Amino acid sequence: MSNIATDNAVDFLTAQEVTEIESEISHLPNRPSAAIDALKIVQSYRGWISDESLNAIAEMLGMSVAELDGIATFYNLIYRQPVGDKVILYCDSVSCWLMDGDVVCEKIKQKLGVDYGGTTADNKYTLLPVTCLGDCDHAPAMMVGDELHHDLTTDNIEGLLS
Amino acid sequence: MTDKPLTQNIIGFAGHTDFDRYESRGGYAAVRKTVGRTDPDAVLELLKEANLRGRGGAGFPTGMKWSFVPKKEGNGHRYLVANADEMEPGTFKDRLLMEKDPHQLIEGMILSAYTISADVGYIFIRGEYHVAIARLQEAINAAAASGLLGEHILGSAFSFQLHVHVSAGRYICGEETALLNSLEGKRAIPRAKPPFPQVSGLWGRPTIVNNVETLCNVTHIVAHGADWFKSLGLGVDGGTKLFGASGRVARPGCWELPMGTPIREILEEHAGGMAEGYQLKGFLPGGASTDFLTPDHLDIPMEYETVQQAGSRMGTGTMIILDDRSCAVGMIANLAKFFARESCGFCTPCREGLPWVQEVLDRIEAGNGEPDDLDVLERQAQFIGAIGNTHCAHAPGAMEPLTSGLRYFRDEFITHIEGKACPYQREV
Amino acid sequence: MPTIFVDDRAIEAKTGDNLLEVLLSNGIDVPYFCWHPAMGSVGACRQCAVVGYANPDDTRGRIVMSCMTPVAEGARFSVQADSAASFRNSVIENLMLNHPHDCPVCEEGGECHLQDMTVMVGHSDRRYKGLKTTFRNQYLGPLIGHEMNRCITCYRCVRYYQDYAGGDDLAAFGSRDRVFFGRAEPGVLNNEFAGNLVEVCPTGVFTDKTLSKHYTRKWDLQSAPTVCQACSLGCNTYTSERYGEVRRVHNRYHNEVNGYFLCDRGRFGAQHVNSPKRIPGAGIRNPDGLYEPVEIAEALGKVKALLTEKVIGIGSPRASLESNEALRQLVGADHYCNGMTSTERAMHGVILEVLGSNLCVPSMMEVETFDAILIVGEDVTNHAPRLALSIRQAVRNIGQALAADTGISQWHDAAVRELEQDEKSPLVILSPMADRLDDIASDTHRLAPNDIVAMVEQIIEALDEDEPSDAKNIANTLLSAKRPLIVSGTSLGSTNILKASANLAAALTKKNPSTGVFLCASETNSVGVAMINNTRDAEELLSSSPKTVIVLENDIDTRLGSALLDGVQNLIVIDVMDNPTASRSSIVLPAASFAEAEGTFVNNEGRAQRSMATFNPAGDITPGYQLLGALGGDHLPASRWQQKLAAEHPLFAGVVTCAPDEQFRIEGSRVARMTHRASGRTAMMANVSVHEPQQPLDTESPLAFTMEGNQTRAPASLRPYTWSPGWNSNQSIHKFQDEIGGADKSGTTGIRLFAGTNDLTGFELAEETHANLIGQAHIFGSDELSNEAAELATLIPKPYARMSSATAASLQVAHHDGLGFGDLIMTVLVDEEVADHCVIYPMIPGTQRLGSAQLSALQKVAGYTAPSDPLRPSLITTDRTS
Repeated sequence: MSNIATDNAVDFLTAQEVTEIESEISHLPNRPSAAIDALKIVQSYRGWISDESLNAIAEMLGMSVAELDGIATFYNLIYRQPVGDKVILYCDSVSCWLMDGDVVCEKIKQKLGVDYGGTTADNKYTLLPVTCLGDCDHAPAMMVGDELHHDLTTDNIEGLLS
Repeated sequence: MTDKPLTQNIIGFAGHTDFDRYESRGGYAAVRKTVGRTDPDAVLELLKEANLRGRGGAGFPTGMKWSFVPKKEGNGHRYLVANADEMEPGTFKDRLLMEKDPHQLIEGMILSAYTISADVGYIFIRGEYHVAIARLQEAINAAAASGLLGEHILGSAFSFQLHVHVSAGRYICGEETALLNSLEGKRAIPRAKPPFPQVSGLWGRPTIVNNVETLCNVTHIVAHGADWFKSLGLGVDGGTKLFGASGRVARPGCWELPMGTPIREILEEHAGGMAEGYQLKGFLPGGASTDFLTPDHLDIPMEYETVQQAGSRMGTGTMIILDDRSCAVGMIANLAKFFARESCGFCTPCREGLPWVQEVLDRIEAGNGEPDDLDVLERQAQFIGAIGNTHCAHAPGAMEPLTSGLRYFRDEFITHIEGKACPYQREV
Repeated sequence: MPTIFVDDRAIEAKTGDNLLEVLLSNGIDVPYFCWHPAMGSVGACRQCAVVGYANPDDTRGRIVMSCMTPVAEGARFSVQADSAASFRNSVIENLMLNHPHDCPVCEEGGECHLQDMTVMVGHSDRRYKGLKTTFRNQYLGPLIGHEMNRCITCYRCVRYYQDYAGGDDLAAFGSRDRVFFGRAEPGVLNNEFAGNLVEVCPTGVFTDKTLSKHYTRKWDLQSAPTVCQACSLGCNTYTSERYGEVRRVHNRYHNEVNGYFLCDRGRFGAQHVNSPKRIPGAGIRNPDGLYEPVEIAEALGKVKALLTEKVIGIGSPRASLESNEALRQLVGADHYCNGMTSTERAMHGVILEVLGSNLCVPSMMEVETFDAILIVGEDVTNHAPRLALSIRQAVRNIGQALAADTGISQWHDAAVRELEQDEKSPLVILSPMADRLDDIASDTHRLAPNDIVAMVEQIIEALDEDEPSDAKNIANTLLSAKRPLIVSGTSLGSTNILKASANLAAALTKKNPSTGVFLCASETNSVGVAMINNTRDAEELLSSSPKTVIVLENDIDTRLGSALLDGVQNLIVIDVMDNPTASRSSIVLPAASFAEAEGTFVNNEGRAQRSMATFNPAGDITPGYQLLGALGGDHLPASRWQQKLAAEHPLFAGVVTCAPDEQFRIEGSRVARMTHRASGRTAMMANVSVHEPQQPLDTESPLAFTMEGNQTRAPASLRPYTWSPGWNSNQSIHKFQDEIGGADKSGTTGIRLFAGTNDLTGFELAEETHANLIGQAHIFGSDELSNEAAELATLIPKPYARMSSATAASLQVAHHDGLGFGDLIMTVLVDEEVADHCVIYPMIPGTQRLGSAQLSALQKVAGYTAPSDPLRPSLITTDRTS
């Protein structure tokens, strides 16, 4: 790669992000192997992965933007669009469905005024479907941000999403 | 010696990562007596004798799997990976083990790594399991601080670094070779086998991938021996298993029971039978990618061979219960949506064939089914449904509920198509 | 050699092959998509399914993918079993769920591998009632079109682009049935071999935009087997025409030269034939400096009248052997020179000596088997581009050895690459500036040309010494290889570099007889014309002040300096396109381009290859050798010039035999250039005249400008396009190979002219001075003819001057300042990769004068604003005009 002077995209990442990414790299045989770790780290601070974040991570790891975006767009927990303050991951798998999870989901959609993929007008929530959360004995279940909520009913979701 | 080794630290306890308590209840004793003292080959023989079979769904004999790892040569890394990517719908057992007793997994990994001469380990854990992730990391730190992880463990020649890798989603990461590609920072496309991970795994190096529950069992087999392990099972397979039930049962949950426990016992005793007002119509014995069984199969013991002879698979051992007030077509359509969505996109039958199945099932469920739809479904099921037709087992697994559903609930399909409506009323 | 049984037929297989290769090699039609003969198998599409049986008692068998199945002794398979046929039918049916009904408007139609496979499996009815996935397309540059809706997700494009060609700006995005293949952002694909995507893609996702602008169905194209004109490597191509325009160029498989791939300069550069700068007819310059068109006979008559006195003939390294020989015969051997500069002649003299020596000169495909490569001062990717692709494969030798040791078949592409990781066989590059191959190099040294020579001499010494040094490291790398290769060439204009490289190759050969040396020459026929005569030079011939000079297809003003022709009273120029020399001629005669004339060209390996005419030139445009023959009083077909050459120079014997002459027939038939489905012949000229004209006769070759003739049995040297029943696409080539990836059944084309038996007495190096201004070749911009291809012209960089910060400081300029030389202004690019005291400029139109300039002549230009991306012209991100 030519090192003709260019804008240094790595300045875009914070020292903290860089430190965490380097820590992942330290036990890997090469830098691009940290691609997913790096995406998750940057997303944990910024909520989503913008094009600028993508460019910066690609440069830091020594890979092309296309290759990194090809990885980012494969994974459903990497967001390449802005999301609300909290992402609701609503389980739409079979055990939750059997427990009327889709009925509860309709209620959520009505309450928030969004469909799957949408973000509320006040930017508080983005609603996304997710595959089985592994909490099937307390179905229906969903995550709001990092927190798991389960045994959902059309009544108790009112309080959860105020 | 307990007859519930996997949950002995869980039942009745709230505390989780405490290193001292784990040790005080016998934890890490197996590590201390083995690492640097017992020949790794002897541990391998022990595993083979115990005939532990993989608990992630495939049931492959663990000792045999490890025996394919070539002898250590040169200085390259050798890897042990715990598959903690539990995403099979209806499955919730590994979460329990990791959240409630993380040291058990770590101890199992140390012993397993020692046996196969692995020097680096990864716990590949799904991103949504935040609690487990934090507790595992805490436990790793504590174990390392006590010299049970890291360089020259217990003064021996054995070194083992253990890392937690948090995944970014996608069910296919649970397929062991797709998992390896994801650990390498790539798109999670499975690999063609051969070569097997034992020969060319992570970054081309010898690697073993095992399910969390499998690795937890290793701890106890090393601690108490093969005979003890075999004695815990009621039938051919030894040991215990975390069995579960979800759906309209009285007490959905997860219980450690002997291998070979009859299905009826799990369902009626532990899960309390069907919930009030519901009858059993059918069930998937081991997660979304297993074949339906019916009330006629309740007396079958939950073990690998018996369930297979009945035309299904024990899989993860967590049952999904279909009740008589839920639509079989709707359930299968829900599963089809899941499988189609989770396709990695590599091979034609899965990538194109599963969405077609979903399209047909959705139409039938919505009352727009047509007479030739069943032919289409059957032809697609034949096209997709055999290992070897596809690049990995994802799509064939997807066809199991469909083909068994067409066999046992065909009348429901026909009713939908002829009646141009789903006969089950749901309030949405 | 295991024997396998396929539908009860015993077939002898080759150890290491996969089943699909064996089946195809034995003429059994099995459909496939993702397998590619150069890229191996991945098992994605599942199209190549057959039934495999576990043992002789197994009657049911199970579906296996033939591309992923190794062949073992006694193994039994069935292609025809109902289960396999039904499965293959289902694969197409499922691929068709989302495939648009584009055939009538899709450019791939008529040579579409998907069409062929659909017909082969017998799928026709649509039962899917759902909607189709659709995508937005991306602008990928002026050369390659994008239509994602047609994608069948075979992954061939990214496997080719990333894994094979080393590109990194094309990737797979997303997953499931929504995978998108494209760039992160719209823009020009930056890999120099991106054009192969149009042939690698089995559908119409990636198409040739230089064809799109004047699209023609394959079955309507008139084609011929041709030799690429864009560099000295001599890649084989099919050039295709309709209505008097070159429509497109495809790869013509050659198992020793170019294999399955071309570079972008060659693939898209042939559009120069359609350039508006073509000289359309003869012209005579009047006193006002304007050209009056005249009939060719009149012009020839006028020229003939001038031939009574001494005439000097200046030939050309881009003209054919026939044309150069005809000129030489016309003016007399003593009055002919090959038109190269003295430096070029000296460099090619070294190449000729090496070719004649007993040093091993591998073919380009053989380069892929060498496990350590040293590149000495040759900018391969920009000067001999196709070679770079071979070198990218060569560095995989270490991975392939690892796979072999682990028992993994070489065709198991993903598994081999997984074992390989980032390991590469050594590649050492000696160059004054950053090299495109740096991304795969194990060791690079930035050295000015004379220092490169010095380093090579040190390496030669280090072969026998122990003292640690950079040279010793390189020597050790070469000594520990099983098959080391020295690559060099003429790109830096240094004879010493070539000599030193040859000396190193000789010294290394003494230690390891498997050593190879591969020297890149300058132009299509540089080696050929150097073989005709390499001693006489233009300056010397013109010093005798001849009144009349004939210049054959050579822009002397640009190549040798405009002063050279100043004293010439009658300057006769025979050329294809207008250029400064043609523009100052007294009489200009219109020469046929390579697509309009037969010609024999000798590549850098010394391989003589015949390029056949694709179409008859319009009007008075005439092949150079015919014009010159007419001036000499004979009209001789190309074959007679070939024979004359061979009669005078025994080395040229192979020139006669490398392709059959105009007498050749196949059971009385000529070889048809058009397909048997060519349409519109009677309607084509109906607007001019309703009478169907007689098809033009081809008196020069055994081919015919018509669809009437033999369509299927031409030898490879005459075969104008690749087609076989049921195989309309380029995949049909396997029908003509003796085995997958092997030689053509009719034999390998082209004849290496040098027996290669002379003992090499080492080269002595004379003193060589190099300007501090070093010209860098550019794949787009440095080749005279391809520069005139409209689309490639848009990719030529703007003038720049690259230098280290120390050099910039000494010139008192900074990054993005303007640096001027006469009316040429260059953008300063500070680049620490450039050796100190060197300034790198691009060899593009307008910078030729820099070749002899001094650094002190460069002046800072005040008030200069640098273009936003000087290395690429303004990055257009769309080709939509509204």
